Amino acid sequence: MKAQRAVWGETLVKLAREDSRVVVLDADLATSTQAVNMANELPESFLEMGIAEANMVGVAMGMTTLGYRPWLSTFGVFLTSRSLDQIRVLVSQTHAPVRVCAAYSGLLNGSAGKTHQDLEDLATMRAMPNMVVLAPADEFELAAMMAWIAEYDGPVYLRVARDAVAPVFDESYEFKPEAVVRIRDGADVTLVSTGVQTSRTLEAAQLLAGEGIEARVVHVPSLKPLDVAGLVSELADAKVVVTVEEHSIIGGLGGLVAEVVADELPGVRVVRHGLADKWSESAPTPYLLEKYGLGPRQVADKVVEVLNGGNEK
Amino acid sequence: MTSDKEAKVADLRSQANKARWHILSTVTSSKAGHIGGPLSATDLLVSLYFSELNIDPADPHKADRDRFILSKGHSAIGLYSVLALRGYFPVEELATFDHAESRLQGHPDMRLTPGVDASTGSLGMGLSIGIGISIAAKKQARDFHTFVIIGDGESQEGQVWEAVQMAPRYKLDNLTAIFDLNGLQQYGWQEGESDRFDRSEPMGHIDLEAVMRGFGWNVISINGNDIDEILTAFDQNRALRDSGKPTAILAHTTKGAGISFTAGTFKWHNGIATDEQLATARAELIEGASK
Repeated sequence: MKAQRAVWGETLVKLAREDSRVVVLDADLATSTQAVNMANELPESFLEMGIAEANMVGVAMGMTTLGYRPWLSTFGVFLTSRSLDQIRVLVSQTHAPVRVCAAYSGLLNGSAGKTHQDLEDLATMRAMPNMVVLAPADEFELAAMMAWIAEYDGPVYLRVARDAVAPVFDESYEFKPEAVVRIRDGADVTLVSTGVQTSRTLEAAQLLAGEGIEARVVHVPSLKPLDVAGLVSELADAKVVVTVEEHSIIGGLGGLVAEVVADELPGVRVVRHGLADKWSESAPTPYLLEKYGLGPRQVADKVVEVLNGGNEK
Repeated sequence: MTSDKEAKVADLRSQANKARWHILSTVTSSKAGHIGGPLSATDLLVSLYFSELNIDPADPHKADRDRFILSKGHSAIGLYSVLALRGYFPVEELATFDHAESRLQGHPDMRLTPGVDASTGSLGMGLSIGIGISIAAKKQARDFHTFVIIGDGESQEGQVWEAVQMAPRYKLDNLTAIFDLNGLQQYGWQEGESDRFDRSEPMGHIDLEAVMRGFGWNVISINGNDIDEILTAFDQNRALRDSGKPTAILAHTTKGAGISFTAGTFKWHNGIATDEQLATARAELIEGASK
């Protein structure tokens, strides 16, 4: 079990060894994001940009015009919130092959609290035309996605978690862009999850099985583009759909699923579970998972509540 | 001035007059657009595209062309007028400015317009792009230069200063930032109890020369509406090519320069000319200039 950030740092060096177009631009958090691997092993492919994220996005875009494919390295919130305009105008609108890599994404970022927790990123990045939006479940999917990104000639948003989760996949995993992935079958309820939350959602399904509830679990690695037909076919026979994400319930995976269901499956009930339109706080991971309802036990309890007809936010 | 240079300056002045006419007449016929900013930068743009930049309008993507970024993207019509006169696309196409399906969008779009090296519009971003290009050029040992025109109002954006502090760290002597200091912005600042109509001076309280030197840039200060001074500054800039530092040209300009009724007034930040005003401008720029 490896932390996503460790895999990100290692994979980046591997990709840069194979492809001289790969450079990493760091906003002074290389030792946190693990871009430091690149600084140590391939210093010519590592560019320190200082604590100046808006400039960093512009520099990356400028480098793409001479063939480079820059990977941005900093905490997600400083890209998706602080540099949103730069990503919008310089990356999304120009279709530049900049890799917007959000380290320390979501709720769990080492007790740094609400200033550093990026819980709106999927909503804003998903709203950007041209942007590919990826949220890997585990270390294996992250590495597979990075190999795919390396060949992709356009802008990508990649949501990287700080810490390790129980793996969902293994080394044989192949990332198929757009596709949704059914990782557990069950007929009583359909859980849809993304990013590292998928691992905890799968554990929740296992807890539910012990209580006589069989949950299907569908993982959405690519929020954009999305295989809409594939998602519809996964949800068409659902008694009830619960989306579970380490993100605000506004505009992220839950919003995405609700949009698809509204268009294609009217009548299917969707309950969105995640950060319920509130800011979080500094605290150890177990506390945050419990309080904000994202640990396996809390997700399982939520599903039971929904199946019993409730949905308290 | 040598007679060669005099002839060159005269030729560039003539191009600048034409460009100014296209700016005013195009914005007037499109019924929307900026006037004062494009006019303050016209002499700089003409001197770049007709004298300084190593470019080929027949091959807009030529690998080792010099790069130009108009960071103050709302002056797009100034850039388009000069690109058209230089032969990147027909002058007649200027009439499509701001129109549906036009390659000439309200702000420069690198994916649409031949000769546009960077998309801009949201202010403060151009120098960062220029740094990225210049770093990449150094890494690839490419022999070309990158110029960025930045507005003084625009320089209130924080990203400009992120970029200003970054460029010297990478020793980007292949990068030149030209500050178009026209002294006015759309609304601006009231000076004392004065009731003068023009509010002024986006950077008026700042010793920009000292600031830029302090950040580690070479600095050249000129009258940015004097083509002779602009060409001399470009000569000095070229001589600094191996200085290990980026260069800032502080171009003191007049907003709305070159047309009697637009010069020096913030009212013409944007605007549409009357028939009478068009006739006045035409007399000043085209008919008067040919005498």
